[in-house]
Amino acid sequence: MNAAINLRRIGLPRLIVHFSVLVICILWLIPTIGILVTSLREPGQIASSGWWTSFTGAAETSAARLGEPSTAKQDGPNYVISGSVFDGTEGGNPAGAVRAFGTKVAAPTEFVAGEAADIGDGETLTVNEDGTYVYSKNAPFDDERGKRVYLSVAQPPSFTLDNYRTVLTSQGIGQAFVNSLTVAIPATIIPILISAFAAYALSWMQFPGRAIIIAVVVGLIVVPLQMSLIPLLKMYNEIGAFFGIASRSYVGIWLAHAAFGMPLAIYLLRNYIAGLPKEVIESARVDGASDFEIFVRIVLPLSFPALASFSIFQFLWTWNDLLVAMVFLGTGKDQLVLTGALNALLGSMGGKWEILTASAFITIIVPIIVFFALQRYLVRGLLAGSVKGG
Amino acid sequence: MASQIVSAFGAVIAGVFACALYYWLSDKLLQIVLPVRSGDVQRISANLKHHAAIRPWLFLGPALLLMIVYLVYPVIATFILSFYDRSGGNFIGLANYKWAATDAQFRQSIFNNILWLAVVPAACTFFGLVIAVLTDRIWWGNIAKSLIFMPMAISFVGASVIWKFIYEYRGADGTQIGLLNAIVQFFGGDPQVWIAMPIWNNFFLMVILIWIQTGFAMVILSAALRGIPEETIEAAVIDGANGWQIFWKIMVPQIWGTIAVVWTTITILVLKVFDIVLTMTNGQWNTMVLANLMFDWMFRGGGDSGRSAVIALIIMAAVTPIMIWNIRQASEDRGGH
Repeated sequence: MNAAINLRRIGLPRLIVHFSVLVICILWLIPTIGILVTSLREPGQIASSGWWTSFTGAAETSAARLGEPSTAKQDGPNYVISGSVFDGTEGGNPAGAVRAFGTKVAAPTEFVAGEAADIGDGETLTVNEDGTYVYSKNAPFDDERGKRVYLSVAQPPSFTLDNYRTVLTSQGIGQAFVNSLTVAIPATIIPILISAFAAYALSWMQFPGRAIIIAVVVGLIVVPLQMSLIPLLKMYNEIGAFFGIASRSYVGIWLAHAAFGMPLAIYLLRNYIAGLPKEVIESARVDGASDFEIFVRIVLPLSFPALASFSIFQFLWTWNDLLVAMVFLGTGKDQLVLTGALNALLGSMGGKWEILTASAFITIIVPIIVFFALQRYLVRGLLAGSVKGG
Repeated sequence: MASQIVSAFGAVIAGVFACALYYWLSDKLLQIVLPVRSGDVQRISANLKHHAAIRPWLFLGPALLLMIVYLVYPVIATFILSFYDRSGGNFIGLANYKWAATDAQFRQSIFNNILWLAVVPAACTFFGLVIAVLTDRIWWGNIAKSLIFMPMAISFVGASVIWKFIYEYRGADGTQIGLLNAIVQFFGGDPQVWIAMPIWNNFFLMVILIWIQTGFAMVILSAALRGIPEETIEAAVIDGANGWQIFWKIMVPQIWGTIAVVWTTITILVLKVFDIVLTMTNGQWNTMVLANLMFDWMFRGGGDSGRSAVIALIIMAAVTPIMIWNIRQASEDRGGH
């Protein structure tokens, strides 16, 4: 009754809205949660059961061999072999609660643990939950080796950080992390100052050709990177050959990232700087301040929100970039960035999900932290970039 | 490793310092060459005029230089290279374009790109709009928005690993550890190798980009929805319009401009899609798209800059209408200022 009254008060449509948003959120989160959970599991468990079973404890199928027929003891008319399935396991099965067992590989869960199973030939087998078994036959055992049985063993949920230790040290992800930082930080900071000066000139200074430059900048925002790659690769190779230096270097990629981000940076900052109150800048001019002083003392501090927005974009873009790094940076140990390393692992470690998921999570954790910490500025930048500019 | 971090920070400081030094020194130099603080009045006013003429170019110089070297020059060079052979040394006229017109893989890429263009922007905009409308009506909408927006921070490569794990296939009688196959098996279906099913695999790759970009569409459209004047909706309510009518006849027409912006922004992104295809299939099983084909030809057999340039130009041509529209919009904006 109470629930019905509540329901009427909230309103069914409203409840449907809550419910659909919840479903969408779960749908959107599940992929990421999947790799996070997987990266924390044991490699053996990852390969044998879905990550969604890891909280309830996974049931792992394993094989074991019962004791040799020579260990059989006579018990009245029957011959009995007894012991624990975990003694003679192959490949060191971890102990756990036996849920079910079977004698055929195709049916490892044929019999429930604790139940006396009639397996033909006058043989009966009982495997208890703790792994002890009683295997009896109404005649002497004539096999040469112990009988093979298949078990479904419940594993308690267990999580480990070993995968992270492995990828950080032996898979080169730790080094790649440093390389990514080496690319992203200068490639974020260097263009800010350059674009801020340009944006100021384009909003508060009068000179011939200003309108054309603004139009060109707006046009350059959407020029596909693909248009730049071939001539720049040629140019880098020629410069490298001419000076006898490596054509792929950090300086090269910093400048490339700075230049590729420049049109959007100038556009975003110009939108913001042009909107600063005219009186502030005019009065400073009247006081005899030069444009350089106005920019450094007034415009730069006032533009902090726009600068922050752009730096977040640029950081996410340079950190997540694969194409520019593949073209302008080498694939050696000291230059391979995280995205490149992850791409390489996908090729060489396909199927080794403990390696891939842990590496992927390390790759995405920095942008996710930046995202949640600075979301406000990111949204503001997006709105300035598309709503106003559209 | 530690030395590399130090050198990276050194580079940051040196770079910022060099930039600052350039602007400061060039300003000082201007003051010394054309003094305005002393001398006779006529001189000062003449020098001030010179300052006003020179200074914008000092401010703009580095930015213009970078954009010319890295964007303007390459666009022209790529255009010219498309008429040259693989090494870029010999003029071969339209041969590269003729090759493109007859190449099966090129056609496949164009077809796939059109498929991507037809599905992804529409799906992102639609889901983004629906989610924006829904989340604006509940108290925890901002939290929901954050979670849906979050994939935007994830790299395409990272997202590809995430989704490859969902599409993972383990032989028909093994335990399925990929979520999609596990669900299919749960409902009695047969597990499939999703990324190797021609035509359909394109859609499985598109899902990744939709997952990433819906949050973007949602954020922009949500802001636009909030900008709709209350009175228009109130008037519609008084006139007896229902929720469905209000949404389609009052709200959507008012944010039409923003929908167009979201659509075109995602369209540009889709035209350049590269990382997802590279990491998921590398163009196998008929999933090749233009950006990947272009990259492939850049390095295939020592590289063919001519063919590669033609493919880049196709992408550029597709972007050009949007570019012109953007420039027009921006000029109109300023006209009203």
